[in-house]
Amino acid sequence: MPKRFVAIWFRHLITDWLIIRKPELLHQPFILAAPDHGRMMITAASAAAQAQGIFVGMVLADARAIVPALQVFNDKPGLAEQLLKALCKWCIRYTPVAATDLPDGLILDASGCAHLWGGEQPYLQEIITRLKAFGYHVRVAIADTIGTAWAVARYGRVTCIIKSGEQATALLPLPPAALRLEPDLLERLQKLGLYQVCSFINMPRSALRRRFGQALLGRMDQALGREEEVIDPLLPIPPYQERLPCLEPILTATGIEIALQRLLETLCSRLQQKGKGLRTAVLKAYRVDGKIEQVEIGTNRASHNTRHLFKLFENKIPTIEPALGIELFILEAPHVEDVSPQQETLWTGGCGLESITLAQLTDRLAGKTGAHSIRRYLPVQHYWPERSITPTASMLEKPATPWRTDHPRPMQLLREPEPVEVSAPIPDYPPMLFTYKGKLHYIKKADGPERIEREWWLEEGPHRDYYAVEDQDGRRYWLFRSGHYDVNKPHCWYIHGFFA
Amino acid sequence: MSATKKEIISQLQKELLLLQGFKPTLNAAVHAGLEPVEAAFPNAVFPTGAVHEFLSEAAEQAAATGGFIAGLLAPLMQQGRVCIWISAARTLFPPALAAFGVTPDQIIFVDLQRERDVLWAMEEALKCEGLAAVVGEMRDISFTASRRLQLAVEQSRVTGFILRHQPRDLNANACVARWRVTPLHSEPGDNMPGIGFPRWRITLLKVRNGKPGEWPLEWAQGRFNVITENIALQPPADVRKIG
Repeated sequence: MPKRFVAIWFRHLITDWLIIRKPELLHQPFILAAPDHGRMMITAASAAAQAQGIFVGMVLADARAIVPALQVFNDKPGLAEQLLKALCKWCIRYTPVAATDLPDGLILDASGCAHLWGGEQPYLQEIITRLKAFGYHVRVAIADTIGTAWAVARYGRVTCIIKSGEQATALLPLPPAALRLEPDLLERLQKLGLYQVCSFINMPRSALRRRFGQALLGRMDQALGREEEVIDPLLPIPPYQERLPCLEPILTATGIEIALQRLLETLCSRLQQKGKGLRTAVLKAYRVDGKIEQVEIGTNRASHNTRHLFKLFENKIPTIEPALGIELFILEAPHVEDVSPQQETLWTGGCGLESITLAQLTDRLAGKTGAHSIRRYLPVQHYWPERSITPTASMLEKPATPWRTDHPRPMQLLREPEPVEVSAPIPDYPPMLFTYKGKLHYIKKADGPERIEREWWLEEGPHRDYYAVEDQDGRRYWLFRSGHYDVNKPHCWYIHGFFA
Repeated sequence: MSATKKEIISQLQKELLLLQGFKPTLNAAVHAGLEPVEAAFPNAVFPTGAVHEFLSEAAEQAAATGGFIAGLLAPLMQQGRVCIWISAARTLFPPALAAFGVTPDQIIFVDLQRERDVLWAMEEALKCEGLAAVVGEMRDISFTASRRLQLAVEQSRVTGFILRHQPRDLNANACVARWRVTPLHSEPGDNMPGIGFPRWRITLLKVRNGKPGEWPLEWAQGRFNVITENIALQPPADVRKIG
């Protein structure tokens, strides 16, 4: 699922707040000012004041000269941050991951949230109307990246919903300021006549870096989704991590086991409450001498089963060297997934590929020998024997094509076909006898040939004519002749397998 | 009087079997056509939930053993049950199993580096209840190791097959049966050309509480057939039958 972010821009955050508190100020020119270098600077101006030519960053005395009836309020430092924090908390109703975006915005991680309001359009509408009812003028936008949502909320003219993957088209007509750039960088772009994102977004990256520095490229990548941007949510998501400090340094395997058991119990009960299971877990043991010992396990399927996870760790406990003692254990679950609660089996009919007991067994085997050693095979639509099956590590993958039984295939297949000495009566006829590993085999019965072409779009080479043969003792072999019969090339017969 | 004695003796024999780890299987797999071979086992039932041992010397024998085991696995792997095949040097070609009624993607192959790990993995797998079977390829197995496997299957009722290719010493072990499968001449029948259905000579070298024996067997049309005509007297065909 792609990530979706909502950017909310409060157009007149502080003045709106003041109007809410003092409704009589509505439609009146007023400003907030703060002392700066011995004079009063305007930090926020109401819409009515702005209409008369007063802007943020003006000196108060100049503004008074323009509008004598200007009302002035003192600006408290940190007011915007306080307001945004309160609004951010209020926005948690829309998503659990909400962050403030100073000086005048909020960022909501709306991935998987909008459908609860019936889609993105009603979701945004709801946010706008509720905030408007409070008295805040806002603009919102939703996009795949924070950068694009931010840009469209502030500078967008067409639509506030940017469809997944359409960041670039949405950004093209916007001014460079939409990329959240520093003022001096913006000035330089302006000087060079780059008034729109489209005029420089397709320039070579090396040229852009040389002229404008990495900052511009970083912001572009963030907006386009090439680089991940993290937000600092107001309510941090607690990581799945448990700590266990020890009063006395732990030296024995039994002690480590007890510690591990306790950590697993608390972690698993937490996971269970959230309906999650862990895919990887790391146990870190902080030793007295300052070194950190760590062991890691992985599971094929998300699990919060204490006993199973303990068994996986149990094999690795001997690798932990306590040395002078371990004083702190930390158990982390860096990779966590949702667990679908499985119905308990009503009867113990057996264990299919989906069963949990099998997943636990493969976890144990993979924990000792490595995950690459466990595989299943699925049929592929290739006649070439070496390519007719493909290994898969997944237990749930279903074969896309049925297994073929129309041509005989040997029970044992040699890794590489081995050359054999044959004598064949006439071309395109099975051989009369062949020598394999110094032993002579007289062929009594034979089937074939089954011609299998090498797939030219994969590799080049001669075709193979396969024969199933049975010798004087009833042993059955799979022989083939590589390529056409050729008088000049006598050694082109191979043995490739043994039939049951 | 003699009738009651016989009853008592058979009763006692059954109790002895129970003590020796022969639990009556509830849902025994039906191996069609294998009845004469099954008669060699106690209660005349192919023992599932036990460990069987297969010997092979040459690659041709290993292939024949693979075919016979595939035929045994097919009824065990009904209803999507999973088989685990553990090996350190596997040459088995999975598509061939399809001809013996086994769905090859229901088999999980565990390919290990060392033979020592095969034993460990096999024991772990045999402890896992609900599996259809576990096949392990290893050259040698000590008595203690086989005893551990036997104890594991008594708990879980999983059937285990040990394939011993070129065994170094044939010591006694706790496996329920020791088999050898050698390929036999196939017979296409009706003087048809080509190769017929696979035929093997099944030799039961050792059976716990049973009678060892030897049977010629054919796998045809999804079932075993014990061949009744005398194979030994049949002269090797002089004519090459080429199809």
